[in-house]
Amino acid sequence: MSKAAPEARSVASIRDDVAEGRLKIVDLIEETLARIERLDGQLGAFLWNDRDRALERARDLDRRVKAGDASGTLLGVPVAVKDNICVSRSPCTAGSRILKDYHPPHDAHAVERLQAEGAVIVGKTNCDEFAMGSSTENSAYQVTRNPHDLTRVPGGSSGGSTAAVAAGLVPVSLGSDTGGSIRQPAALCGVVGFRPTYGTVSRYGLVAFASSLDQIGPIGTSVRDVALVASAISGYDRRDSTSLPIEARDYASSLTSNLEGVRIGIHRDYYESLEDEQIRVRVKLAIQELREAGARIIRIDDLDLLSRFAIPTYYLVANSEASSNLSRFDGLRYGPRIEGDDLLGTYRGTRGLLFGDEAIRRILLGTFALSSGYYDAYYKKALQVRRLFREAYGAAFEKVDLIIGATSPVSAFRLGQKIDDPLTMYQCDVLTVPASLAGLPAVSVPCGFTDERLPTGLQIIGPPLSDAAVLSCAFAYERRSGFKGLLANLEPAS
Amino acid sequence: MTAAAGFEAVIGLEVHVQLKTMTKLFCGCRNQYGAEPNEHICAVCTGQPGVLPVLNERALRLAIQAGVALECEIAPRTKFDRKNYFYPDLPKGYQISQFDRPINGPGGLSIEDDLGRPRRIGILRAHLEEDAGKTMHPEGQPYSLVDFNRAGIPLLEIVSEPELHSPAEAHRYLTALKRILRFARVSDCDMEQGSLRCDANISIRPVGSKELFTRTEIKNLNSFRNVERALHHEIERQIDIVSKGGAVVQETRKWFEAEERTDSMRSKEESHDYRYFPDPDLPEFVIDPELVAEIKADLPELPARRLERYARQLGLPAELAVLLSSEPELSDYFDQCVALDSTDSTDSPDSTEPAQIGNYIAGSLLQIAHQKETTVDQIGVPPAGLLGVLQRVHDGTLSHQAARKVLTALAATGHPLDRIVKDLGLAQISDREALLAIVDTVLSTSDQAVTEFREGKQAALNSLIGGVMKATKGKANPNLVRELLLERLNAPPGH
Repeated sequence: MSKAAPEARSVASIRDDVAEGRLKIVDLIEETLARIERLDGQLGAFLWNDRDRALERARDLDRRVKAGDASGTLLGVPVAVKDNICVSRSPCTAGSRILKDYHPPHDAHAVERLQAEGAVIVGKTNCDEFAMGSSTENSAYQVTRNPHDLTRVPGGSSGGSTAAVAAGLVPVSLGSDTGGSIRQPAALCGVVGFRPTYGTVSRYGLVAFASSLDQIGPIGTSVRDVALVASAISGYDRRDSTSLPIEARDYASSLTSNLEGVRIGIHRDYYESLEDEQIRVRVKLAIQELREAGARIIRIDDLDLLSRFAIPTYYLVANSEASSNLSRFDGLRYGPRIEGDDLLGTYRGTRGLLFGDEAIRRILLGTFALSSGYYDAYYKKALQVRRLFREAYGAAFEKVDLIIGATSPVSAFRLGQKIDDPLTMYQCDVLTVPASLAGLPAVSVPCGFTDERLPTGLQIIGPPLSDAAVLSCAFAYERRSGFKGLLANLEPAS
Repeated sequence: MTAAAGFEAVIGLEVHVQLKTMTKLFCGCRNQYGAEPNEHICAVCTGQPGVLPVLNERALRLAIQAGVALECEIAPRTKFDRKNYFYPDLPKGYQISQFDRPINGPGGLSIEDDLGRPRRIGILRAHLEEDAGKTMHPEGQPYSLVDFNRAGIPLLEIVSEPELHSPAEAHRYLTALKRILRFARVSDCDMEQGSLRCDANISIRPVGSKELFTRTEIKNLNSFRNVERALHHEIERQIDIVSKGGAVVQETRKWFEAEERTDSMRSKEESHDYRYFPDPDLPEFVIDPELVAEIKADLPELPARRLERYARQLGLPAELAVLLSSEPELSDYFDQCVALDSTDSTDSPDSTEPAQIGNYIAGSLLQIAHQKETTVDQIGVPPAGLLGVLQRVHDGTLSHQAARKVLTALAATGHPLDRIVKDLGLAQISDREALLAIVDTVLSTSDQAVTEFREGKQAALNSLIGGVMKATKGKANPNLVRELLLERLNAPPGH
């Protein structure tokens, strides 16, 4: 399974090679598209590639480089975009049949920012339908496989974007993280996945799943690459009223491997209580590394009482919002429509047949939680508990600067293993949803392999707007551990 | 009152008005009536995936302006909620509205009750929400069409307390509400264009009872008159049921204008569970007290204040004061004329009486406006034009009759006054010497009348005046003619 990892080309090296005339963007994009064509059949990461447009864009950028009027931190960098993020004139299905052939008229803010920095979008990647899932198996279109073991899931819901990076098809990609949909697949695929502070990246153009939790973020093979993309896509956008009025940040240049005096919290849920011994050992080794790097390791207990409420709270909030967010998909204005005898029949036909099981399950759960008579017991209660999570994190971050632990309680599981058992599937998110509920920045960095050669991830969580500190800690750990770029090689052995 | 049957009606009204903004509530599309279908739409107001609402601050301001005009408590913090239901005219499958924290809390307005006594009707709340699109059902076609121009237009939903006790009171409440909102420059309140819509809640109870009985809601009320008629029918229907020992069923009923009846639309059991919850796409809004103070300070003078000012301060007759304070354009026009007149007359003592300005507006200009199907400020007679004409009446160069003709011509041509007066040959002869010559000629040929006058027959004077008017083709200033005639007739003979 583990062949020699393909050479990972960093974002910075691409940009520098392009800017200094050593690399033509069109050659790089040709090469990227050829690799996708050659390897993605095994992987199933991409739903859509627009070869012609990517090459046209590459040639245009090359002309501008030659004319000396091209710049940008991502100049020439091929990027894959999760299919729930709008790219104008490209299909955007969010992994659902209800959006089959839908072409949005608008670019997501994050996509505009990527393009402004000179990136080239090479395709849209597979995901769980409306980002609902932890294995990418809920996509209506195809299965995506984990490049480290093609019989296993890549995690989800950003499974396509993550697998594409882990297989070396693209250096970086965009995903979205509602309850862990960037961090969990990053852990399962052995790459870096970053969820920025809620509000630092505009949600404009992200197909809404749970608005108060959704956040776009980057996936890459190194912390520096991820930091470069995070910097590019962050910053205020007036089209998103929950966008924070802050300047775009330069996370990449503030990366430091010095952890001297940094107070790092550990919590039993993310460490000692982990059932999977292999993951527990990886976290233990990571803690040692960080201690050796100068960090002070401090045990925290502020979340003790809350941790068992994380999953119910998250699913009540997320599903309630989803039940409303998904109401617009009625087949009347866009997307396919299944005509009934009357209006109700058309609604029933379209929504009943074109949404997948998981989407329907969540719409029903959310509708129930918001119904009169149940609102107080479920949705309102969940909002109250959510506030307690924020307060508990607030208390914890008085004592520590960052909190670390496992990203996922399990490593990559087999395709089909959990798909028929939603509750077990939901448990995959137990370590990622707390940070989501509190809107915190969190990153997953490769943390070595299990005995089965499956990647594991170390999660680093910080207080709101501590994105730079979170990435710096990840950078320091990446430096010391040497786990940078756990790429899988899918090329046939020569 | 329906006291005859021993019952009184308890009526509450829900009024939706479209706010007069340039753009929609959550996107940059134009808020314009009468455009081609789906001309003013975008990704946001058609509910495309991935788009987000951004509050139009102008709409929030207008909502507060309405709240201030309706004497509402303005919420220090407000938020938006989603009202979830499915309908083809609702692009997102939910309407962004306000549930438990409306921008405007309790307020009220004054009307006259059925006996003409002033009565305050409470307003429970007035909240902001977005309008839906419009579905059309082409006759004989197996499909429906949706126009999203209206989707996302800002609406203010104004909910009255159930304090109206007759259909006539409901009508007066609506008239007063519309007038206030129009004067506050918040909405056009044009029912025909749909910028004002009304639903009614109604129940009956034995006179004197304080209890609220089972109510029904009536929809599809497309004019104030229909509100009154539908309420009248519904009261009779409910009294009939209760008198026969039956019970009113809580339900929504639809008014059928042509048949003059209401019919059940849906029962309580069939009513929607809207599953309101705070819209996670919009933050809470903190209303700056300074903004409210600024809006209060800038609020145009409301109709009740104007009426009082016209009657008390300007001394207008009651009927004229009521008329001039009925519409904002009319009232503003009158105020501009009065203001201009008083600035012009700082040097001259002979300013025109506000009543005379008012009479000219009410008499001539409203008639012209009516013919042109517009408002007085739009007919092409600027305040300076009207005052110019009145000045000529005042100094005697135009008769009242001629003045009306000049105003009509001014509205039609826009020519300068002098030219109009000249073109129409309407200048009144007030030149003493010129008139005296004509008076003398008439006297010299009217021996009989002169004799009769000297014999004490006053009527003979009128005949002499008529002779002068005839000789001048009606252009002579009649007062001056009378004066000159008397001068000559009373002069010692032989002069």
